[in-house]
Amino acid sequence: MMDALPKDFLRRTRCDSAASRPQFTNCPTMIVMVGLPARGKTYISKKLTRYLNWIGVPTQVFNLGQYRREAVQTYKNYEFFRPDNEEAMKIRRACASSAMKDIANYFAKEQGQVAVFDATNTTRERRGVIISFAKEKGYKVFFIESICDDPEIIEANIMQVKLSSPDYENYDKEEALVDFLKRIDCYKMSYVSLDEEKERHLSFIKIFNVGSRYLVNRVQDHMQSRIVYYLMNIHVTPRSIYLSRHGESELNLLGRIGGDSGLSSQGLKYARALSEFIRGQSIKDLKVWTSHMRRTIQTAEALGVPYEQWKALNEIDAGVCEEMTYEEIQATNPEEFALRDQDKYRYRYPKGESYEDLVHRLEPVIMELERQENVLVICHQAVMRCLLAYFLDKSADDLPYLKCPLHTVLKLTPLAYGCKVESFYLNIQAVNTHRDKPTDVNIARKPEEALRTVPEHL
Amino acid sequence: SISGRVRSCFHILLLYTSRLEHQNKALTHKTRTMRGASRSKNTQILDKRVCMTNCPTLIVTVGLPARGKTYISKKLTRYLNWIDVPTKEFNVGQYRRECVKIYKSFEFFRPDNEEGLKIRKQCALAALNDVRQFLTDEGGQVAVFDATNTTRERRETIIRFAEQNGFKVFFVESVCEDPDVIAENIVQVKLGSPDYTHCNTEEAVADFMKRIKCYENSYQPLDEELDRDLSFIKIIDVGRRYLVNRVQDHIQSRIVYYLMNIHITPRSIYLCRHGESDLNVKGRIGGDSGLSARGKQFADALGQFIQSQNISDLKVWTSQMKRTIQTAEAVGVPYEQWKALNEIDAGVCEELMYEEIQLKFPLEFALRDQDKYRYRYPKGESYEDLVQRLEPVIMELERQENVLVICHQAVMRCLLAYFLDKTAEELPYLKCPLHTVLKLTPVAYGCKVESVCLKVEAVNTHRDRPMNVDVSRQAEEALLTVPDHQ
Repeated sequence: MMDALPKDFLRRTRCDSAASRPQFTNCPTMIVMVGLPARGKTYISKKLTRYLNWIGVPTQVFNLGQYRREAVQTYKNYEFFRPDNEEAMKIRRACASSAMKDIANYFAKEQGQVAVFDATNTTRERRGVIISFAKEKGYKVFFIESICDDPEIIEANIMQVKLSSPDYENYDKEEALVDFLKRIDCYKMSYVSLDEEKERHLSFIKIFNVGSRYLVNRVQDHMQSRIVYYLMNIHVTPRSIYLSRHGESELNLLGRIGGDSGLSSQGLKYARALSEFIRGQSIKDLKVWTSHMRRTIQTAEALGVPYEQWKALNEIDAGVCEEMTYEEIQATNPEEFALRDQDKYRYRYPKGESYEDLVHRLEPVIMELERQENVLVICHQAVMRCLLAYFLDKSADDLPYLKCPLHTVLKLTPLAYGCKVESFYLNIQAVNTHRDKPTDVNIARKPEEALRTVPEHL
Repeated sequence: SISGRVRSCFHILLLYTSRLEHQNKALTHKTRTMRGASRSKNTQILDKRVCMTNCPTLIVTVGLPARGKTYISKKLTRYLNWIDVPTKEFNVGQYRRECVKIYKSFEFFRPDNEEGLKIRKQCALAALNDVRQFLTDEGGQVAVFDATNTTRERRETIIRFAEQNGFKVFFVESVCEDPDVIAENIVQVKLGSPDYTHCNTEEAVADFMKRIKCYENSYQPLDEELDRDLSFIKIIDVGRRYLVNRVQDHIQSRIVYYLMNIHITPRSIYLCRHGESDLNVKGRIGGDSGLSARGKQFADALGQFIQSQNISDLKVWTSQMKRTIQTAEAVGVPYEQWKALNEIDAGVCEELMYEEIQLKFPLEFALRDQDKYRYRYPKGESYEDLVQRLEPVIMELERQENVLVICHQAVMRCLLAYFLDKTAEELPYLKCPLHTVLKLTPVAYGCKVESVCLKVEAVNTHRDRPMNVDVSRQAEEALLTVPDHQ
């Protein structure tokens, strides 16, 4: 990577995940979904994968339905899934093998740590095959079963995500619904739920009725414990999360990073505009969160509603570079400045933090955001980038360059398997604080190269 | 009435001053008491804000005798208090011992013992009364009602009581049929109970088994169907399996997470600081210096000590600061670095001597002495912040078995306070000298502590609270308790 750097430096910028959190697990883990169609398996798979990747655990979903669609280019109807359809059974088994091969490859060659095997896995026989496979390879297995009998929830599921599936491109809505319900019936006959007694040596969580009840068996390690905690905190109640930065601050105007200044006059205007905007949205039971820094608190004050302060929402600590302009950083610490451009996610300011550290300290905020319903989070640029990356599944490389301009509210609404984003610029002028990655990130670069992408300021 | 009006004026005055206070705190943010790093909480300072989410919680244990209810109650209470949720346990057995001075035999617990039943019901009600006082009048947030509560009828009574008083209820049931676990329980905590001071071991065990029998017939475990509207966790076979129903809020979610991470496998936790550092020798706080010569000696001695202890599968954790890493290197086994174990950030006071802090920041120095737990260094942290960031470390320590944690003075004080149930007032003054290893071994309801001094000289870094903490004090008074240094 970088050549012949002093050990001291290496320690500062070390990025191994063991550095800021314990080794999650030394052997890879297979998470195996279990459940009838339309029970939220793919929803859980994708959400869990997004969460694990965000906290630094390389995770990937292997969706059997996709393998099947590759193998059988055109979906005709539910008959494919009839238990007496020998031809189809052969294909489906082949798909499962193919997926497992890819999982093995993901672990062995791509440094994956967790693979989520997203399929119905409704028979003990199929689960047995997976367990043998995992045992042979030395993977841990953790089952997640979703059980739901509420016909309304199931129908809502089908409407939200099944009707728009490639399988039903040529169907109209009613026909699709009818066909899908028949598809579910095909599985029901042979469905054997995870059994507390007969399968008591397995590690699993059973989720009943979208989280009103859980049965947890034999959690083996830290990672599984975190997964269980996460699953027990998520919900599907419709809601929106509003993310915004504080209003423009005095230091923003001067092009200085960090610090704890108050709002500029434009910033105060934004606070008032934000208040109007929020009122206009007519949000039920809105919670408002800020950091402990003056500029977010001042912004929240204008709203005139109760708010909670989180130290964890404080802006990234720029250590020795606190309150400097980029020009000053270039002048006093040109090497640091270059190193940061080389790996902005992992780079840690001397006596400060990295984005990686930020993600770690924001994890409890994310967990609580998952528990909550309507929330407005008034925070800071780097913090907002981290939160946004979680909701929009952005990689560690993209995260530090996400655009989070001042005086703009992002409204995130969970939808299907992802998040709808609406951006509201509240029409109050503010400086730009976004510095793109310059083309030249070499330590030997000239100051002009380094400062090329610095936004304007006083 | 006049007094009514006076009271309401006073109330308005309180609101007004507390609002000002809040604004001042918001602006100066010196001695912030508002928490909420990893836990959201409406603070009491903001009187004008309606408190919607903070109704107190009543945790109710359920289970036959010797199923670990008191163990869980005490541990959970200790944890919640450490993370700053005022919690207290109410053990009905203790109320019964107050009422019936001398325990004769299991016959007291026979289901047909009318007299016994009457007394036991009274005791439960007395305990509930104290619960109400704690949660309503004394600022308690969580009360743990520790009793068998094995019948649906008894639980109904408690639920009604909670409803009347506006408390949320969360049941924690422990179900266990493993005879070895039960026998071990009895040996560890029942034989030493006041009930059995006059019995020998065999008699005590025999009596206790008969006592359990008295409950068995009328035991109605929490049921997935019949009790589906209640919020509870059922812990089966000491954590092999859990059934969790209707978690209502954040605190219950945290409680469930905690309960699912604790275990009772015997193990020991070793706590020590890094070896003496160069800055220690100079009497400077914080920083990221390396070990002094004596510090290196300690690291070697530590390595030898660990070897001699023959610990199975020892995990070693350090912070990300040079001095703990250097110490671990000498132990010669793989170690994991936790940023969360870094020493408290002294902000503007980093690398200063106490004399220099007194010179440059005499006001701050005094404020810190006034409330060392909550005081936050400008641009730095407070002990309170430290506890927040150490919570995941504690959670992982609970999950693990044998662990050696090589950390720092303030960090070690926080961890120790958790294991030994020390208050926020005591915590910042706990003695954690250099070159001394503390071996903590869970036993019965608490923790055995063995202190091993590894006989390598080091400076003393412990500064006691001085007599005079007033901001107007003289420099000498402030510096009276500063330990010697170069």
